[in-house]
Amino acid sequence: MNKIKLATVWLDGCSGCHMSFLDMDERLLELSSQFNLVYSPLVDFKDYPEMVDVALVEGAISSVEDEHKIQHIRKHTTLLVAMGDCAVTGNVPAMRNPFGPLPILERAYHENVSAQPQTPSVIVPALLEKVRPVHEFVSVDLYLPGCPPAADTFFTVITELLAGRIPDVASLTRFGA
Amino acid sequence: MSPAVDVKTLVIDGIDVSARADQTVLEVARENNIFIPTLCHLDGLSDVGACRLCLVEVKNSPKLFPACVLKVEEGMEVTTKSDRLLHYRQTILELLFAERNHVCSVCVTNNHCELQATAQSQGLTHVRLPYRSPRLGVDASNERFVADQNRCILCTRCVRVCDEIEGAHVWDVMGRGIDSMVITDLMQPWGESSCTRCGKCVNVCPTGALFDKTKVGSDHPKYPDFVPYLNMMREGR
Ligand code: SF4
Ligand code: FES
Repeated sequence: MNKIKLATVWLDGCSGCHMSFLDMDERLLELSSQFNLVYSPLVDFKDYPEMVDVALVEGAISSVEDEHKIQHIRKHTTLLVAMGDCAVTGNVPAMRNPFGPLPILERAYHENVSAQPQTPSVIVPALLEKVRPVHEFVSVDLYLPGCPPAADTFFTVITELLAGRIPDVASLTRFGA
Repeated sequence: MSPAVDVKTLVIDGIDVSARADQTVLEVARENNIFIPTLCHLDGLSDVGACRLCLVEVKNSPKLFPACVLKVEEGMEVTTKSDRLLHYRQTILELLFAERNHVCSVCVTNNHCELQATAQSQGLTHVRLPYRSPRLGVDASNERFVADQNRCILCTRCVRVCDEIEGAHVWDVMGRGIDSMVITDLMQPWGESSCTRCGKCVNVCPTGALFDKTKVGSDHPKYPDFVPYLNMMREGR
């Protein structure tokens, strides 16, 4: 049997969705016989593979880097899942939207810093004016709201996806769940 | 001899039902265990038809009608579930989510919110409209309560309970369209207003827009069931 190529991606989120994914505990072992984890913060591959069957994307799109990544991921993924409220709605990262990125940088790199306060201009990617959910940049095939979606939700959804079915997500989880 | 009751018979979702002539389609549907989603309606308060979530189809009319203010009629044939209705209900919910900053994960009313629960019951898993992300205020001047405009859906339940049940009419709506805002008195801070601090508005608010700041933690259930009970007591039933 051909194993499904699964990727998980971490954009502007707190990694809570990945933690909840791991909270499937021993059930993860059961599932993992059916997929290969080809790209993820949980494993050590540096490059996104040429083609991935299912990608679980955690986090909103907040920086130019996130934007580049999501475009690349979309091109190389068959079924893209927006995983968790940040990816689905913008959620907590998007709470800066009414203020814009400048006051956030000020707060983080000046007000709260005593030694040599300065806003980084290299390495740290530039912030977008507004934090947006994934589907405002690329098409999304399945939405999995929840902050984070519960381990049981992950188990049901991934079991269904591995069986080639699209689960009824609204019966499992909701915004803020 | 008891006064004659004017009885109407009608059909809701293919089920024959009878009703008093002064009843609404929503009331009759609920009596017959037919679920119609609502947000601005609350048992015991007057109905204003503000949220439009309760829209239903009536045979031989191209228009949709809000069930909470639609009086029953003899021979009426009502449909409460269809793809068209689901489409409108989802769109209404999406508009509500996009209009202000409803961040469910960091709301004190998370898991007790009618907007959140209704989104789930209507199968809404994401919002197709861009979020407006407006910059809105939070009024924490009242010693007991907080009003967070970010989470208000303008259902006006607070306005009606304050006027109709408490008799204080502290809450009202200011502005038009997208600028509409619930206010206390003539936009005085809540803590300096003529508020009696009864807490009725907090308990009928379907979202986390009004909450009790004297409660610790982030788990704030609401208890709006007192309204019909109070009405009943007052009518001496
Ligand atoms: S504050 Fe609450 S009860 Fe009042 S209009 Fe807004 S959502 Fe409705
Ligand atoms: S419940 Fe009927 S319009 Fe809001």
